[in-house]
Amino acid sequence: MKPILSAPFSRDDTGVSAIMRKVLLALTPATVIGLLLFGWPALFLFVVTVGSALLWEALCLLLAGKAVRPTLLDYSALLTGWLVALSLPPWAPWWIGVTGSFIAIVVGKQVYGGLGQNLFNPAMLARVALLVSFPLEMTTWVNPLNAPGWADSWTIAFGGDFAFDSYTGATLLGHLKTEFSQGRGLSAAYASGGYGTLASWFGVTRGSLGETSAIALAGGGLWLLRQKVITWHIPVSLLATVIVLASLFTLIDGERYPGPLFHLGSGALMLVAFFIATDYVTSPSSPLGQLLFGAGCGAIIFLIRTWGAFPEGAGFAVLLMNSLTPVIDHYVRPRIYGRDLKGRPLELEGSQ
Amino acid sequence: MLSRFWEFHGGVRLNRHKELSSEQPLAVAPIPKQLIYPLQQRGGLNSKALVAVGDQVLKGQIIAGDDHPLSVPTHAASSGVVTALEYRPVPHPSGLDGLCLVIDTDGLDRAVRTKSVKDFNHSKPDTLRRRIREAGVVGLGGAAFPTATKMNTGNRTIDLLVLNGAECEPYITCDDCLLRTTPDSVLQGAAILMRILGVERCIIAVEEDMPEAAQALEKAKLGGRPPSPPAPSPRFALPDGEGSKGVADATTYSNIEILKVPSKYPTGGEKQLIQVLTGREVPVRGIPADVGVVCQNVGTAAAVYAAVVEGAPLTSRIVTVTGPGVARPQNVVARIGTPIAELVAYCGGYTERAQRLIMGGPMMGLALPSDELPTIKSTNCILVADSDAVGGEKQALPCIRCGACSEACPVNLIPQQLYWHSRSDQLKKAQAYNLFDCIECGCCDYVCPSHIPLVQYFRAAKGRILDKQREQQKADHARLRFEARQARKEREKREKEEAARRKKEALAKAATDESPGRPPPSP
Repeated sequence: MKPILSAPFSRDDTGVSAIMRKVLLALTPATVIGLLLFGWPALFLFVVTVGSALLWEALCLLLAGKAVRPTLLDYSALLTGWLVALSLPPWAPWWIGVTGSFIAIVVGKQVYGGLGQNLFNPAMLARVALLVSFPLEMTTWVNPLNAPGWADSWTIAFGGDFAFDSYTGATLLGHLKTEFSQGRGLSAAYASGGYGTLASWFGVTRGSLGETSAIALAGGGLWLLRQKVITWHIPVSLLATVIVLASLFTLIDGERYPGPLFHLGSGALMLVAFFIATDYVTSPSSPLGQLLFGAGCGAIIFLIRTWGAFPEGAGFAVLLMNSLTPVIDHYVRPRIYGRDLKGRPLELEGSQ
Repeated sequence: MLSRFWEFHGGVRLNRHKELSSEQPLAVAPIPKQLIYPLQQRGGLNSKALVAVGDQVLKGQIIAGDDHPLSVPTHAASSGVVTALEYRPVPHPSGLDGLCLVIDTDGLDRAVRTKSVKDFNHSKPDTLRRRIREAGVVGLGGAAFPTATKMNTGNRTIDLLVLNGAECEPYITCDDCLLRTTPDSVLQGAAILMRILGVERCIIAVEEDMPEAAQALEKAKLGGRPPSPPAPSPRFALPDGEGSKGVADATTYSNIEILKVPSKYPTGGEKQLIQVLTGREVPVRGIPADVGVVCQNVGTAAAVYAAVVEGAPLTSRIVTVTGPGVARPQNVVARIGTPIAELVAYCGGYTERAQRLIMGGPMMGLALPSDELPTIKSTNCILVADSDAVGGEKQALPCIRCGACSEACPVNLIPQQLYWHSRSDQLKKAQAYNLFDCIECGCCDYVCPSHIPLVQYFRAAKGRILDKQREQQKADHARLRFEARQARKEREKREKEEAARRKKEALAKAATDESPGRPPPSP
């Protein structure tokens, strides 16, 4: 007979790695579309980012004297590196990927003590830190379906002279920001850019490596919901907040404020709503807390996109709300059986 | 159709593994060579041994007991000689040895005379409660709380008796078996309990996965007899030939409802079942009677019936002996006090897969150090698990705050927060998150993808908090004693001084009295 243990003796088979694998699977369609659209340079960047994420993780574990194998095999570092890669401009040089995964894994996760301990979403931390530190590399957006051959791609990813100019342009969000700043209205901006087509919903537009296909990301997200890996609270409240705010303002001034569909189909919104804001570690645990968190993310994204200095605010929004997660978790708690909302024992009917 | 039930938060659906034991007929275990009776009662105190080593005892004779309200008498389950009163390993979460009475049986099964009450409808509730207590009846669902004490609800208004047949733990089928074989005894027990409480309404709740039990109850309710030939029951068909002679006059069972509740763990938890059936929530630190409900296990009702109508003390019960580690899983009528080894041997012994011995179910059961331990009144199941059934030895990973535990918690606690605080010994914070509301059902533990033994952390934290409280109480007590001693010394000193002063005054007075003509000194 085995030594004494205490109940329960029975366990569900679902493990952390199974959850992570499902998230990776849900990300695959959007990733494949991104790689097809942006070609070899994107694939090089993706491999370098994910690979370096695993290396940084292994290095940290070695330094900390922890077992390397079980933690590497939980797929969490792979997922973090993957998400970092998806949020990078598709033709960014290799060292952007390596630096990004360093910030995400080392600064964003391992410094806090590893899996489950971090305050901020590692991928968004990397995205924002890179954007602030290397604004040129982080805002060089290339045209889809326009990738050069193997040799040129190698040069793009790993260094050398390459004339980007004929390949690049602005993202929809960036384009609008520029047009507005030059005093032009929305209809003029659309006309000069040729944006907002059905193809762009499937990803054929300029943007980050894995963020352009809103349809593929939403599809993956809905599958995660069905698989009960995530709950509806954060995606629904986040997207609903953006939709409500966008509708409200576009009704006020249709020339100045684009409508909800524009917001849903552009930038990092879908990736954030289903894959980033729903990160267990950095979002609140109670359903009500998650609703607040999602609404906060949505509102800040809308604020930054509409009035901020950056065309896209998803990374900032998530980091800001991450910092509020402990506060939300402290104040928003579910009502416990036999207690009222304030935690006092229920009063009996008829008793004083 | 709309569900007629309320829902409680969380819970989990489990693999039931019930067919292992439920498909075999009920068997009656032979008289064991030895009977072992731990004297510890609820509340941790030992009851007093009323026999000495060397004494002859008869079946049904009281061998231990006292007057404490949380303690009930213990009866010998067969005749024999008391051979030891010593410390032995007992089934208790502490893992400490407990004082036990040991009887070597003589195989004759000579019994004391019992007094039966044919018509309990004319007995006073107090009389019935006293009989239940004297018969040593406790809650057979697992908590072993004295039934007579639970039936004493003070001046609370009770409007519903719930008989809990919702066996929600995997593997366990003893209540299912009882209901299928002797539904009459449960219905009669219900009638007695209703009379004691003075309630008009009783619900017998079984899980929807126990259709045969519900059918047997419905049939018995309509006056039908249990399937013939009468199957052996824990109470009135022991091998000594005590027939089912004491069935009371036909009672109308029209006030008894039989309901099939959804099979979700832990529906069989007392508070959860009450919530499912009535929507009522028992306040924290309250008891079900506070919301007008008394809940008893169906096996307890059968024991109450035997105690009152047959005058038979609680000396045996149905135990499910099951699991992949047992050769012939089945339900057996076993004498309380039977060593587990003898029960397992009766069920064909261990298989090669036997890895761990558990008393109770896989979710809330108690891991036992050996099979020399006896079955006790609350032993509903002996589970011999293999390494699969105990989930293997999975390595715990860090918490990823996924919230699966909160979703599964039937009390709506936040187990992950309790875990952080319990783990880092921040006991005040753990209490602020209502650690003590945790019912240790194991749902959070079961669903945790990081395989963190949450309940183990919670139990340990509770233990440390209770230890600290006891230390604090001791310190407070010592301080009070010290202060009282100081005050007493002070008082004695003052009294001495006072006495000395009075004496002086008296002397002075006497002196002045002896000198007439002068007025007494004014006070």
